[in-house]
Amino acid sequence: MRKLLLLTTVILVGLVFIARLFYLQVYDSSAYNIFDDTAIRKEYHYPKRGYVYDRNGKLLVANQPSYDVMVIPREVAPLDSLEIEEFCYLLKITREEYDKKLAKATNYSPRLPSPFVPQLSKKDYAVLQEKMRKFEGFYIQKRSLRSYQTSIGANVLGDIGEVNRSTIAKKPYYKLGDLIGNQGVEKTYEEVLRGVKGIKFIQKDRFNKNIGPYKGGIYDTLPKPGKDVTITIDSELQAYGELLMKHKHGGMIAIDPSSGEILAMVTGPSYNPNELVGRNRSKNYTKLHYDTIAKPLYDRGLLAQYPPGSPFKVVNALIGLQEGVIDVNDTYNCRMGYYYGSRKLTGCHHHRNPTNMNVGISQSCNGYFVHVYRRIIDKYSDAGVGMNVWANHAKSFGLGNFLNNDLSVGRKGRIPDGNYYDRAYGDNRWGSTYIVSNAIGQGEVETTPIQLANMTAAIANRGYYYTPHIIKNIEGETIPEAYTTPKHTTIDKQHFEPVVEGMFDVYNKGTASYLKVPGIDICGKTGTAENFAIIDSVKTQLTDHSIFVAFAPKDNPKIALAIFVENGYFGSRFAGRMASLMIEYYLKGEITRTDLENFVLRHSLEHEYEKPYSGEPFGINRQTKLYPIEEKEFQNLLDIKAEIPKS
Amino acid sequence: MLRENQRNFKFDWIIIILFILLVGFGYLNILSASHVGEITSYFDTDQLYGKHLMFIGLTCVLIVLILSFEAKFYEQFASVIYLVAMLALVGLFIFGKEVNGAISWYGIGSMTIQPSEFAKFATALAVARYISDLQTNLKTIKDQLRVAAIIMIPAILILLQNDAGSTIVYLAFFFVFYREGIQQTYLIIGISLIILAVLGLKFGVLITGIIVAILVATAYFFRKKKRGSILQYIVVLLLCTSFSYGVKLFYEHGLKPHQQNRISLWLRLEKDPTKLERMKKAEAYNLIQSEQAISSGRLTGKGFLQGTRTTGKFVPEQHTDYIFSTVGEEWGFLGTSAVIILFVMLIIRVLVLAENQKSQFSRVYGYGVASILFVHFTINIGMVMGLIPTVGIPLPFFSYGGSGLWGFTILLFIFVKLDSNKINEW
Repeated sequence: MRKLLLLTTVILVGLVFIARLFYLQVYDSSAYNIFDDTAIRKEYHYPKRGYVYDRNGKLLVANQPSYDVMVIPREVAPLDSLEIEEFCYLLKITREEYDKKLAKATNYSPRLPSPFVPQLSKKDYAVLQEKMRKFEGFYIQKRSLRSYQTSIGANVLGDIGEVNRSTIAKKPYYKLGDLIGNQGVEKTYEEVLRGVKGIKFIQKDRFNKNIGPYKGGIYDTLPKPGKDVTITIDSELQAYGELLMKHKHGGMIAIDPSSGEILAMVTGPSYNPNELVGRNRSKNYTKLHYDTIAKPLYDRGLLAQYPPGSPFKVVNALIGLQEGVIDVNDTYNCRMGYYYGSRKLTGCHHHRNPTNMNVGISQSCNGYFVHVYRRIIDKYSDAGVGMNVWANHAKSFGLGNFLNNDLSVGRKGRIPDGNYYDRAYGDNRWGSTYIVSNAIGQGEVETTPIQLANMTAAIANRGYYYTPHIIKNIEGETIPEAYTTPKHTTIDKQHFEPVVEGMFDVYNKGTASYLKVPGIDICGKTGTAENFAIIDSVKTQLTDHSIFVAFAPKDNPKIALAIFVENGYFGSRFAGRMASLMIEYYLKGEITRTDLENFVLRHSLEHEYEKPYSGEPFGINRQTKLYPIEEKEFQNLLDIKAEIPKS
Repeated sequence: MLRENQRNFKFDWIIIILFILLVGFGYLNILSASHVGEITSYFDTDQLYGKHLMFIGLTCVLIVLILSFEAKFYEQFASVIYLVAMLALVGLFIFGKEVNGAISWYGIGSMTIQPSEFAKFATALAVARYISDLQTNLKTIKDQLRVAAIIMIPAILILLQNDAGSTIVYLAFFFVFYREGIQQTYLIIGISLIILAVLGLKFGVLITGIIVAILVATAYFFRKKKRGSILQYIVVLLLCTSFSYGVKLFYEHGLKPHQQNRISLWLRLEKDPTKLERMKKAEAYNLIQSEQAISSGRLTGKGFLQGTRTTGKFVPEQHTDYIFSTVGEEWGFLGTSAVIILFVMLIIRVLVLAENQKSQFSRVYGYGVASILFVHFTINIGMVMGLIPTVGIPLPFFSYGGSGLWGFTILLFIFVKLDSNKINEW
């Protein structure tokens, strides 16, 4: 027995050790990953971020260097008070701030670099650079920031900011502190613009000092520079659109129908993209983010989903023709509304009578389109089937679903079908009379301005559209085929001509006759959409939204657009005027209808937006008045217009 | 000629091969742990790995020297060797050089010699010599005290030189004494005292007392033949409790703060998170780094000279006491378990051979060798993996250092020599 004590103890200890080692090295561990190895410093080298140009080659977004003064507290050589004063003077800080910043950096780590004064201006940097060697322990670190060469297009261009943790979890390419595109083009073309960062693995010692490259640098990579992109935006048209939208809330999308390229994408109110660069980024972003009334970060051109109102009537006209339920010359007798028996389903306004298709469109007759719509639905024995056929036609215009394009945000809109009403009313417990509001673009139909603009482009092309997109050219790459192949609607080409003619007559003798631009054949359609807000838990009607869609010229169209102005009242009042101005500006490069421009620029709708928050009773539509802006502000706007560069 | 050849083949080649493997593998790991930048020359004696290679070279000379002496020499001169070693230890108080707070070195030019490394084999020889004396009877208290004195002298001298780690090694001789016939009671008392000490520190004297009381009471009621009075049981209880209290007092007042912290970390006594954090920073830095290095090696390791924590010198003292963490990082679980198996095989081989010795001197000495190697192995690797509190002693044949390597080589090869001679009766 005595012989066995040591022997067994030795074997026992050996087994315990192997078990412990197994636990430490095999059981309790995943495969070795160099990125988790704290003994290896990962040094990233960021490539130049690609530039953004507009369709005419004008530089919109470039980069600017920014200089951070960094400090390694341990290496700071003692300075006498005169030297410190000089240093503070150069950095434009006080002596107290100097002490506080140094203490903070020391507190973080005496050995590691901390930012001391971030983002010096170029000028301060130039002065400081020459004297920098006098201040040991401080050094200047260069970073690259975005530099916007323009004050427009904040919603189009977007911005870049530090990546957040949830994105890092999803995309391991990004590390804490990396910059990532936040909105607009910066977001959708992030991977093209950013390039690929290079990485160096450096062996460090326990004092965090670099010893040398890890394994001779065999895993190191070089940064790949980001690519420049050209976007389809016409920066002059964009600037002019933003000017027109000043003091109004709304969205405006202009598309080149022959290619689907987005010419302008305006949202009002907007902001200067340079506000989100540099030292004040965080402060300004917070300010924009919390402005819940004006919502400057909310891209109304892409996100404002509302009933489209009358412009949607043209779609119903086309569906009616395609389904063969009406003829262009069929007339309908409008008696200031649509009557079902003795019940008035929809009101209408005073206009020429009887109504055929041309009059229906140009005069925007509600009764006529309810008539058409009911004939489409009732063509089929079951309203659900009829509704599905109708929805299928409407959706072929790019409505009721995402456009699948290269914009960072978007909404589906809504085109209801049979199932939708089956769910709402119960199976077969509804008929065409229940849903007549869809005929005039109210009710359950909802669209966004970009969908309306695309719908207009499809009509301008007489039956097809290209997915609206913002990319024109990527350095060394071709743009996706999805953007260059036409998408055909379900409507035959011959049915478009009478509808286009009707839209032409909107300008000739219809609801927009006073908006004609000499020398340009414009086709358009006004829209006036009722809308409601919940104020103190009461559903309250607000002044109608002013909506307008148009394209021009009538033959061989170059521009199609959709404009909506929140609470702008009837369609031609603001949106219609803006449409004429945009078309003239784009096609002629100058404005002859200065009376229209005067009206739009001179009038603000801000009082209208304040009404619901004023806590006082207010009138809408007819009871509202327009207030001109101050003369000084008007001159200011004219100055802005004069400063739009001409190519 | 024939006789010469026969003699050569009597050496136990298994021990020699295991020794070569351990020293060779040790050298590779020292190379990895000590090199800075490119290795220009393996013989550069300005570098630690160059020096160690030189030590290994001298070790070969030493082995030839040890094996060339007659086996009898070691038995006859055991007392002299012991005496010289003790004088060398005493001499440290006058001529010694202080390194890291311990006065354990003689400085000869640029070289340093640590006599405590040599005192181990000297003590082993002396113990073997004393026990194998025909007149010695380990069952008697008198001889027990004498043999205890043989190990207490170096142990106390080394403790006085502030090298507590090396002192603990002398506990190894308990295995020798037990094998050679001291009473079973010592083993029971020894184990009980260790349990009492740990219990007392971890759960407090009161709870320890209660546990002991329950055990004593149980033993009292189930005792056979009504032996012993209740008084005797009460005395046992009181002794146990007061020992536990004594350990607590010693822990609180007798130990230096860093020793206290090491034990506190091991038994997880500190509950205050801020104090614990401070304690970890001060005392557990090495341990945390070494555990991280070991576990980062995973199954197969990062490869020779490829350990990132080793290259970055994250583990302080990695080439000496913490050399095992290099094995862990660069050779992985395969490497570490190989080292464990090599050590276990070596110790068992020495043990088996010791049991086969015909002379008691050789057997006792062999037992001493196995015990000393075992204690070093257990404490060092246990410490590097955080299984036992931090005690700074080297890993035999592995850790950097001339004195250590030579001390263990002499220790082992005297036994190889004795073993080779077992057929010669003298």
